[in-house]
Amino acid sequence: MEFFDNHKKLFGAATFMFVGLTILVAIIPAIRNQNNNRPLPDAKPLSAEETKGKAIFMANGCVACHTQQVRNVDMDKVWGSRPSVAADYAGVTRTDFWRNTATLMGTERTGPDLTNIGTRQPSKDWNLVHLFNPRIVVKESVMPAYPWLFTVKKSISKNDVVVNVPAKYLPAPGDTIVATREALNLIAYLQSLKQVKLPDGTPPPGFLYKREEQKAAANATNALPNGQELFVANCQACHQSSGEGLPGAFPPLKGSPIVNGNENLELYVDIIMNGYDARPEYGAMAPVGTNAGFTENEVAAIMNYERTSWGNTGKEVTPEEIKKIMDVLKQKTAK
Amino acid sequence: MKSFKFSTARFLMAITGLFYVITVQAQNMKPSEFSFSSTSTGICFIFIVAFILLAATFTLKNKVANLRKESKRKNAEEQAEILKEQTLRLNSVQIERLLRYRSKTKSSGMLPAFLLMVVFTLLTFGSVNAQTPQGPGNGSLLSESGVIITIVLVLIPILAGLVLLIVKIRNALNQQKNRLHQEEASKLAKYLQGLPDDEVDTILKKRKTALEYSLTHHELSGTEPAEDTKGMLSINQATGYPIVAIKKKALPRPNIDPSLSKLVLWYLVCATLWLLFGTTVGEYVGIKFVAPDADHLSWLSFGRLRPVHTNSVFWGWASLGMLGLGYYIVPRVSNTKLFSIKLGWYALYLINASVIIGSLCLMAGINNGGGEYREYIWPVMLLFGIGLALSLYNYIKTIAARTTREIYISNWYMVSAIIFTIVISLAAYIPTWQNGLGETIIQGYYMHQGVGMWFMLFTLGIVYYFLPQQLNKPIYSYSLGILAFWTQILFYTLIGSHHFVFSSIPWWLQTVAIVGSMGMAIPVIAGTTNFLMTFKGAWYKVSDSYTLPFFLVGIIFYFTGSLQGTAEAFRFTNLVWHFTDFTVAHSHLTMYGIISFFLWACIYAVVPRLTGKEAPHITVGTHFWLALIGLMFYSIPLMYGGTMKGLLWMSGKPFMDGVVEMAPYWLWRAIGGSLMWLSHLIFAYNMYKMIAEKEVPDVSETAIQQLERNMGSASASIA
Repeated sequence: MEFFDNHKKLFGAATFMFVGLTILVAIIPAIRNQNNNRPLPDAKPLSAEETKGKAIFMANGCVACHTQQVRNVDMDKVWGSRPSVAADYAGVTRTDFWRNTATLMGTERTGPDLTNIGTRQPSKDWNLVHLFNPRIVVKESVMPAYPWLFTVKKSISKNDVVVNVPAKYLPAPGDTIVATREALNLIAYLQSLKQVKLPDGTPPPGFLYKREEQKAAANATNALPNGQELFVANCQACHQSSGEGLPGAFPPLKGSPIVNGNENLELYVDIIMNGYDARPEYGAMAPVGTNAGFTENEVAAIMNYERTSWGNTGKEVTPEEIKKIMDVLKQKTAK
Repeated sequence: MKSFKFSTARFLMAITGLFYVITVQAQNMKPSEFSFSSTSTGICFIFIVAFILLAATFTLKNKVANLRKESKRKNAEEQAEILKEQTLRLNSVQIERLLRYRSKTKSSGMLPAFLLMVVFTLLTFGSVNAQTPQGPGNGSLLSESGVIITIVLVLIPILAGLVLLIVKIRNALNQQKNRLHQEEASKLAKYLQGLPDDEVDTILKKRKTALEYSLTHHELSGTEPAEDTKGMLSINQATGYPIVAIKKKALPRPNIDPSLSKLVLWYLVCATLWLLFGTTVGEYVGIKFVAPDADHLSWLSFGRLRPVHTNSVFWGWASLGMLGLGYYIVPRVSNTKLFSIKLGWYALYLINASVIIGSLCLMAGINNGGGEYREYIWPVMLLFGIGLALSLYNYIKTIAARTTREIYISNWYMVSAIIFTIVISLAAYIPTWQNGLGETIIQGYYMHQGVGMWFMLFTLGIVYYFLPQQLNKPIYSYSLGILAFWTQILFYTLIGSHHFVFSSIPWWLQTVAIVGSMGMAIPVIAGTTNFLMTFKGAWYKVSDSYTLPFFLVGIIFYFTGSLQGTAEAFRFTNLVWHFTDFTVAHSHLTMYGIISFFLWACIYAVVPRLTGKEAPHITVGTHFWLALIGLMFYSIPLMYGGTMKGLLWMSGKPFMDGVVEMAPYWLWRAIGGSLMWLSHLIFAYNMYKMIAEKEVPDVSETAIQQLERNMGSASASIA
């Protein structure tokens, strides 16, 4: 054809078509999204510390393995209480003159999603230990260790944040690991990652592809959920699969009077649901149960698993018992 | 609200693999609508149809036979004529035997001619007694896999029965044919018996001498000894090790501007070095999945090295390889000189600088943010962009000065690829539309156009030149190439956001991307058909060429890898595969299986033409097999493991279960990766052999040079 024998016309036509489609499917949607979304009213902009922490997060390419998006599908429910919406990202703008906007949504989930990590794992101690070497707290982890965010000291001064590293992981016996400013900033950033509540009256988008069959089956047999799986997903990171915790950071459940005894059931449920910070020798525990939205069935399953593992000899509890305690606790917190 | 669709799950499982169906599906047992009684009704129906067919065949056969008998009786006179002709059609041995027989009968009187009949009787078969075996009919109704096994078991005898049926029908037909032969033979025998003697002498003996005539084989050549007076023969005596098949030598191509040749070679050498660097990094990153504490240096940590790997193989290896081959093809198909060699060098410097600085920046922790493949900060990417713009200008100026009327299709693809990539980079790096989700929408667009409009489009252009050249025949259909070109632009541009299905980008945009992904079947099938049909009639060339296997693998992965991408874009498959290692396997099947294999094919085709030197065929073969087997070891475990991981997530298991589950597959990936990496070392060695290897000193050449030197010194002493 005559038309295609003219290189200007041929390449002009191809370019016209490509640029036209590009504007339609990329540029215009991008501009509209940028202009039509505002950050949620409750969203807090990052502090100076957190912004520096985000820069560390970016520099080390954490986004290669960690997503920051809760998709609107049922399987993503574990990462947040609602699917992410465009407004969650609306406050993210260009990083600086050299670097582009970083929504850090990610495309690979080799590690857990971090959308709500500030709520799911608020413990600073855990995060520091985990950052120094993830395998101290999560045996099977393949995450890199970040020792260069820490300094090794023989003697500590007043303002040093000491990281509780087991002797096995110390560079030399007698060393003390101290977190640098960068590590603390990074953790400040991680702790800032929390799903913001939608304004009152706005229904969150639903989760698609619900696992209805499994739920129906569970209801039919009236069986408790798998306590071990719940423990692995929610408790093991700190209390460890051995139930022994980490000396100086996370208390053991093995042989614990609260776990084994019958007189302290209310405290036991309270700790699971609302967290605990009564013992100065250990780090604070987050309200794991409330964050994860545990029902009495799930709490009972976890308790029964803990009361029957690692040589523990607690009596098994029933969901009905737990429900009563949870109702009492709810009234207390309401007051 | 969509519910979990079990039927879709089953479909997906069937794709992923049979063994997987058996293991996983057994856990998801469900009552099935399948009932054995309906299957057995089906079998009965098939049998009834089969027997009716059989009966019809027999009736038809008898009728035909009767008709034939009738017609033969009527034409008795014609029959005699035919018999005479048949006599003359006998071959010399048969005539000899006939003559011997006749002389015997003359003395002994009479003997029945039943030699042929014996043969035919042996060929006839016994009666038909078809007995189809019954399938075992004890399948569990409630078990999904049980039903599957049952169906397979039931199908085996049905198939066997059908095969048997066909065999029997063939036998019956053969029997009928044999009977007709017998009749004809006995007639002929009778006729031969009744022939008068003089006829035998004259006709048959004459015929015998005629049949036995043969050439002396000296009619044309004479009896002189053979001599190659025109130097047309060249016999290759150094055949090497007899371990591998000997492949054809590459053809020398003398009329290439040496300065262009040098430019192309440097592009390819740089590309090879980036391949070595990039995949060494990739190999190390893969090992880190197995040994996360391999080192504790910030510059070598996983998050920093991963983009170093991807960017250096993208912008270093594949891009330089493609552009270098483009510098060879564009002037060649335009039948003119390259517009400017100098600009070509500048582009090479800029792109190399971009990848070197970019890799250092990434390792130092300086990157552009979160977007994959746009980790280089803008000043670094700008160098690459200028390199592209210079190449574009150079290509277009060359095409403008072409001496052909048409613009060959390769140039359509390659020049468009550069234009589009410049557009993509501008869209990705201009900050005006990058706030909030704008960044994500652009990211989806950018990362996918980078793959499809830069690497795929350009590589297709290269293949449209080198594949026909290596097969020594024109491309099957120019029109299919053009169809693929325009549909690729139409559909590919739309599909970027399929990397963010179920994310918070607009739902309609996700749907457009999924539909566009399905549309990609058109250019992929058009392209694959075009390439495979070009092979048609030249398949035999694959076995004695060392470039064509690379092309073939590239074509296969072009088809499977691209359609896999389409399958991955669906909403349901996104549930299972998105965020898992399946994506990593897919990108290697495509970037490595398609792009790298095509590039190797073209490099092995072009470099010997430029240098006149070839790589040892055995190391080319080793490269090929290591790369292919390595890729399979790499991708299949990741696909399987990724699927299992996705299903674990879907069933609500703790996240760490997925990590533990992946461990063996990550090990397999590291093993496959090592094989691939080893193949690149061999490829680099081959490049060295093709370019820098000193020529083997030729004894006869040296001897003549010595003589010449002697002569020179002799004449000098005389003077």
